[in-house]
Amino acid sequence: MNTITVQVSRGSEKHSEFQTFEVPEQENQTVLDLVTYIQEYIDPTLSYRFACRVGMCGSCGMMVNGEPRWTCRTHVKKVLGSSKTIEVGPLKNLPVIKDLVVDMDTFFDKWIAVGGVHHPSKNRHQSIEKISELSAERMSANEAVECINCGVCYASCDVVSANSDYFGPAALNRAWSLVNDVKTKNKDSILEAVSGNAGCHNCHSQQNCSNYCPNELNPSASIASLKRTVFASKINNLFGNSK
Amino acid sequence: MISYSLAPHRRNLLWSAFLIHRLSGLCLALFLPLHFWVLSRALHDPAALEGFLKWTDLWYVKLGEYLLVFLLGAHFFGGLRLMAFEALPWSNRQKTFAALAFALSFISATLFLFSAVQYG
Repeated sequence: MNTITVQVSRGSEKHSEFQTFEVPEQENQTVLDLVTYIQEYIDPTLSYRFACRVGMCGSCGMMVNGEPRWTCRTHVKKVLGSSKTIEVGPLKNLPVIKDLVVDMDTFFDKWIAVGGVHHPSKNRHQSIEKISELSAERMSANEAVECINCGVCYASCDVVSANSDYFGPAALNRAWSLVNDVKTKNKDSILEAVSGNAGCHNCHSQQNCSNYCPNELNPSASIASLKRTVFASKINNLFGNSK
Repeated sequence: MISYSLAPHRRNLLWSAFLIHRLSGLCLALFLPLHFWVLSRALHDPAALEGFLKWTDLWYVKLGEYLLVFLLGAHFFGGLRLMAFEALPWSNRQKTFAALAFALSFISATLFLFSAVQYG
């Protein structure tokens, strides 16, 4: 039986090294299948994270051959070179808890810091907002709303690597979807949050986030749109014409 | 934390555009004080300036000037690209714009070199 050589990062934030495993090659298998095989049949102490296995939950993000990917939807054939070796590591830019598991707290803290939690404009006694699917705001929100928070964009961002305070693409993408959501109250507080020192103006437009987003979202476009909106808001405020 | 020496996420045209913009900006920041200092020789030491201008006729200095004009073009056209990126509605032609900025820089620098060779 043909095998695939899988080099898996083992250890914690302080010390890690690659351990090599041989996994039987199948006609159809994903990178997550390789990791699962190792954990089930070779070394049960291997730690990794997954849930849905169908690309919906966003929990199986890992570095595969140095690139961030959702491993449940990454076929081995797509990343396997002629050397029949695959390198699997934890997502970059996040602290490693153990082996392939990273601590996502920072990621979600930033999501909240940009105002990412829902700020309802109405209470439960009021009728729900009617939203036209064809309105420009709703269409802009649609482009950003399908994020599954897998952290792939965050791991691909060199600005996050250089500045750990930077909110990162996922949080700013979330902020952009809320700025365009008519159900969101006090949008100015979101614009204020994203225009701070850790905000959208840190982005260097390298656009790796958009290149790697497994759901083919475009956080770069969201961040550029936030920059424009913040600029327009500041100009409005400057001339006493704020909303 | 693991570091990946190959950094495959940097094999991206727009990452290269970022790097060229940053490096050209740094080089120009280093060059400008020198440039103004040389210009100041016209007031303080015209003979030294004349000697320097003769030195700039050497072929390898012309090549250095070619590089400088390329860097200036790269920073100028790359800057226009970034301003358009941040001020205008989103376009999916980001890589085309980066390639265009590079091409215009190259054309500008080459035209300068032809002009420098022809007219001295």
